[in-house]
Amino acid sequence: MTTSQPTSQSISNPMLSSNTARAIAAHAILITYTIIALFPVVVIVINSFKSRNAIFRSPLSPPNSETFSLIGYETVIKQGDFLLYFQNSLTVTIISLTMVLFFGAMAAFALAEYRFKLNLLTGLYLALGIMIPIRLGTVAILQMMVASGLVNTLTALILVYTAQGLPLAIFILSEFMQGISDDLKNAGRIDGLSEYRIFLRLVLPLVRPAMATVAVFTMIPIWNDLWFPLILAPAEEVKTVTLGAQVFIGQFVTNWNAVLASLSLAIVPVLILYLIFSKQLIKGITSGAVK
Amino acid sequence: MEEKSHKPPFRSHILVFLAPAFLIYTSFMVIPLFGTLQMSLYSQIDGVQKFVGLANFATLFGDERWAQSFWNALVNNTWFFVIHMLVQNPIGILLAALLSSNKLRMRAFYRTSIFIPTILSFVIVGFAWKLILSPLWGVAPSMLDAIGLKSLFAPWLGKEEYALTTLALISVWQFVGIPMMLIYAAMLSIPDEVLEAAECDGLSGNAQFWKIKLPLILPSIGIISILTFVGNFNAFDLIYSAQGALAGPNYSTDVLGTFMFRTFFGFQLQLGDPNMGSAIASAMFFIILCGVSIYLFGIQTRLRRYQF
Repeated sequence: MTTSQPTSQSISNPMLSSNTARAIAAHAILITYTIIALFPVVVIVINSFKSRNAIFRSPLSPPNSETFSLIGYETVIKQGDFLLYFQNSLTVTIISLTMVLFFGAMAAFALAEYRFKLNLLTGLYLALGIMIPIRLGTVAILQMMVASGLVNTLTALILVYTAQGLPLAIFILSEFMQGISDDLKNAGRIDGLSEYRIFLRLVLPLVRPAMATVAVFTMIPIWNDLWFPLILAPAEEVKTVTLGAQVFIGQFVTNWNAVLASLSLAIVPVLILYLIFSKQLIKGITSGAVK
Repeated sequence: MEEKSHKPPFRSHILVFLAPAFLIYTSFMVIPLFGTLQMSLYSQIDGVQKFVGLANFATLFGDERWAQSFWNALVNNTWFFVIHMLVQNPIGILLAALLSSNKLRMRAFYRTSIFIPTILSFVIVGFAWKLILSPLWGVAPSMLDAIGLKSLFAPWLGKEEYALTTLALISVWQFVGIPMMLIYAAMLSIPDEVLEAAECDGLSGNAQFWKIKLPLILPSIGIISILTFVGNFNAFDLIYSAQGALAGPNYSTDVLGTFMFRTFFGFQLQLGDPNMGSAIASAMFFIILCGVSIYLFGIQTRLRRYQF
């Protein structure tokens, strides 16, 4: 929870009152900003549980026994195929994530562990993708997918997202793998472990914290992406949640209950995932994985 | 990567480790990128792709209608970026500085809450703000009313002169968590001895921030600036969700991403043109490449990194 920070305050008692004032000011600013950050989300979620009249009459008050209504959720569940969209998003995200992590770790291991000709060049080549967005190649990607019959399949999305996630994953993981002691790996070699086993049995378990950071950074843009689902897989049966919500909300612009309910449905799963992983994410960022 | 096999100890496992990542990255990122650059040099003439050299770029920059749209998108995009640099990054640094101060209670709560908008998708953010700012619903006007500023309300997303700035501020709201986290991490990595030494010299509070911490986090600010640059010149989703592919009102929120999307797929009466779409993508590629090069060769090498 709290980052244990060795306190450097040792002889600052005379300045106690000014310190208190500073602390109050700091809290005031942070609370203000927290309210700004959370306010829109809260407004959307509380209004999704209210009847249409109450949404307009008093948008800022929470639902009470009089104004409570699930009509929006009923409409959404009846009309939209959110369960299918959800399943599609989950499939795409999990498979791409697994491929990014595994292939990324393999490449990072090769770059961090072995000295070979072209090592530096390969590393630079693979790192290029961190700065150059994959979207710029969309025109050619779509042509390639049309030619290979992969349009409107989840496979197309998985392949693109894997390519998109690999550069950063390789970069972060190889930084981490360089920090693993050689003694351990050499001991494994003396025991007759193959290079593959050293990677799988010794190195992978040691970089697990870095993998978690990479996982979160890879997952969020994939789950939230609108561009590639819109272009590569717009068909009903392969829609992701993000695209589904976009299309659905577009159709229901005048049905405020349904719009608010579908927004809330799209927010809640990500929010839960985030709250589960936030500790890991923050630990990953602050431990120097991304600097 | 092809390893030459005439060298005596050929280590095939290196190839095995590198191959999957290398192949996927090359075939779905690098080849399409060059494919797109190449396509921008061709044009569809009588149903066949013909090499036309730089003719597409001549049209893009020379033809009045195209050039007007392109410069409009580029200027809007630049403004979008400027707002991020002027608003998002200073707020991020301020929040990080506050969070990293000693003995702050509820640190984890603030960190977690302020980062929440960042994990939401553009679609959610775009629609949520569209509803909140909508004059129909009245959340924004009634809130302004509460502080006596109701007269300031305008349908910001619907007015040409405000729409782009409003969208940029929404995007700032969403992404402030990223500079905050990265700067926060950089500040935590400043050793306590340095800060203690500063305190012994009588530097504390604001003076300590400006004279000690800020110079030490400059490299992180550089990284954040370049990330903001690449992200902004690649923006599409938020504008598409909130304003549609036409980037209204009257193209006032059009950025390079939406312009490329419309050109590539066509919209309403305009037919899609993959070659012109590629030309715009190539222009974006060169803009981003220039920005990244300026950062890598001009700025990053001049920033002093301190090793502790």
